[in-house]
Amino acid sequence: MTYTNGEIWGLIALLGLGTYLIRFSFLGLIGDRKLPDWVLRHLRYTPVAVLPGLVAPLVLWPEATGGALDPARLLAALATLGVAWWRGNLLWGVAAGVTVLVAVEQLV
Amino acid sequence: MTSTTRKSAFLLGATQSLPFLVIGVPFAMLFGIVATEAGLDLGQTVGMSVVVIAGASQFTVIQLLSENAELWAALAAGLAVNLRMAMYSASLQPHLGAAPLWQRMLVGYLNVDASYALGLLEYEARPERPLEEKIWFFFGTMVLMAPLWIAGTYLGAVAGNALPADLSLDFAMPLLFLGLVGPMLKTLAHLGAALTSVLAALAFSGLPSGTGLLLAGLLAMAVGAEIERRRGR
Repeated sequence: MTYTNGEIWGLIALLGLGTYLIRFSFLGLIGDRKLPDWVLRHLRYTPVAVLPGLVAPLVLWPEATGGALDPARLLAALATLGVAWWRGNLLWGVAAGVTVLVAVEQLV
Repeated sequence: MTSTTRKSAFLLGATQSLPFLVIGVPFAMLFGIVATEAGLDLGQTVGMSVVVIAGASQFTVIQLLSENAELWAALAAGLAVNLRMAMYSASLQPHLGAAPLWQRMLVGYLNVDASYALGLLEYEARPERPLEEKIWFFFGTMVLMAPLWIAGTYLGAVAGNALPADLSLDFAMPLLFLGLVGPMLKTLAHLGAALTSVLAALAFSGLPSGTGLLLAGLLAMAVGAEIERRRGR
């Protein structure tokens, strides 16, 4: 990481301000007026549109292996996603993923 | 409005937040560990949890910083992750929009996944509740969660430095994100958006850090919205 102290604090301040404005937005400023349906339709998919893309390179090209595909990590990721989807619960998914990660690392 | 009903709504909110603390505290500690490992100092790490108070975006920014991304790209990606909270804000408006400005400003700060979900569940179950009870219920859901998010970050940042380096902690964050995404994949449109996100992010991985993810995110949102438009929800 190659940033100055001031750059990091500036980033924290802007991220905090921007996040606050996003959260406050409609509640604070828009009143009763409603956004166009097509905007709401896009916003609905924001988390599933951003988070998988963030994670995909970390799963397929992990830094810990120098970017080489690691079966243990790939299987752990699939187990986490699958079980979290099946149980509808973050904790079950992560527990499954960690179990698979540890088990496969022990076996290989 | 008596102070008694206000208090009981507040306490109800606090009680209902308890299960979320089971996830929130380890998540906060993990953020403390990951942020200090990425090179943030203790003040910056805890400061981010106080100022931003949004787990997924904090992890996103830290991940991009550890890849030496451009600052604006890290900021934009972090904000993109939080765009969903505009939906929360819009959805809280019919219930809380008539509250005094200072209360709405505080709700804005405390509007996170868990408090939003708990609030909406309560408001839809009992829409006849007076506005003031709804507001204090919302505050109640965060009275433990917000301080523990900050305290957990501090603990993780302090204790994390003493942890051995070879715990595969690098992979805890991807697993947490996948654990968050799993339950969100409710429809074909969500699935299409997630798949587009993965493929596009991989395809755009040669672009400057963060910008590929933004493009992938916009493309995936368009795919999700288009599938929804064609199929109905």
